[in-house]
Amino acid sequence: MMRMCRFFAAALLATTAGAAGAADLTLNVEIPNLPVAEYHRPYVAIWVEDGTQAIAAHLALWYQVRGDHTKWLPDLRQWWRRGGRDVKVPVDGLTGATRPAGQHILKFDAAAEPLSKLKPGRYELVVEAVREVGGREAVRIPFEWPIKAAQKGAAQGKTELGAVALTLNP
Amino acid sequence: MKYAKIAVALLVIAPAASFAARAWLLPSQTIVARNGGWVTFDAANSDDLFSFNQGAMPVDSLSVNGVDGAPVAPQNVARGKTRSSFDLELRAPGTYRVAIAGDMVMARWEEGGKQKRWRGTPAEMAANIPANAARLELEQVQRRVETFVTVGSPSDVKPVGAGLELVPVRHPNDLYAGEAARFRFLLDGKPARDLPVEIIAGGTRYRDAPAAVELKTDADGMITVTWPATGLYWLDAEVKDENATVPGVKKRTSAYNATLEVLPQ
Repeated sequence: MMRMCRFFAAALLATTAGAAGAADLTLNVEIPNLPVAEYHRPYVAIWVEDGTQAIAAHLALWYQVRGDHTKWLPDLRQWWRRGGRDVKVPVDGLTGATRPAGQHILKFDAAAEPLSKLKPGRYELVVEAVREVGGREAVRIPFEWPIKAAQKGAAQGKTELGAVALTLNP
Repeated sequence: MKYAKIAVALLVIAPAASFAARAWLLPSQTIVARNGGWVTFDAANSDDLFSFNQGAMPVDSLSVNGVDGAPVAPQNVARGKTRSSFDLELRAPGTYRVAIAGDMVMARWEEGGKQKRWRGTPAEMAANIPANAARLELEQVQRRVETFVTVGSPSDVKPVGAGLELVPVRHPNDLYAGEAARFRFLLDGKPARDLPVEIIAGGTRYRDAPAAVELKTDADGMITVTWPATGLYWLDAEVKDENATVPGVKKRTSAYNATLEVLPQ
């Protein structure tokens, strides 16, 4: 099932990437494989922040969807305080189940919500991860909006996140 | 044994108004995702922050106000030997203000060559102090020991308007290490200027230096704190003046304490 999903995602990516003139934001997030006795998949929040440190666009929220575990969402401390606390989960297209260690590719159409609502300016893409009985980490990648030319940005997590790469295609 | 007697004697001599030990509330949690849960509080008087190793704080004057200032009844209120404790059910989202606040009058006078003393509310004063009391000394003692808990998004903390109090400019449940937070102090609803404010991080038992941050309010009663590290902090301020708000009383002490939680950025 998992493999199927990945296959479709890859196929979808390939198709969208091929479409001419569709500006997009692509994000590659690595969840590291951690050799710990008790491992739980991390909660991860991904958002776009403006100069006032408020959330300009929510991009993704991965948490323990099955059962009632929203109690732990404030552990994504920065996401929570900057606007996560006002999000009524679950949200279509935003929230999803926690993901396993490995590479995760996310792609967002610049012309579709939530990115289409961004005003021109400097932003930061933030990825925050927190793990039960583990740690918390957030990484930031600055970028300019709208996408006038191709932009690339990267950040390296040290504990809860691996490499995070941002690509903006005009 | 002799020391014990001296200690007892000292206790009697010390004016009841001086709270030797620090008064604090300790919340089990300050930021809660959603309503429907519980938080628990300890209340104690002790110099070590936040170790209950001296005495329980009486919780007779405990009050909890939810969003819109509506009172919320704490549950399982218990007074132990070293601490008091209580639970709070978080039925609605918003900010809860949890306070032990009092407004008392202390009286001292001479009667038949003996020292008499009395402590009670301003309303009970007339019935307990003789009208012709000799060498009567009166003092109003206001105090407020509080902390805050927020469920979901923070809501405004409105001023009480009496005695010394903190009015948040930065919400007390939105404090992060390395960030600056501003608070305004009011005395009877007006800015308390040039007020010394002391802020001490919890865990005093595990370090040698008190590491207190000493601040002073500006003309608007404002302080700016840049939190040096994460953790629980105890904030302390006190005013001694001649502006008692009880008729017939001049001297006043108004004390304020808050427990604030600072999180990692």
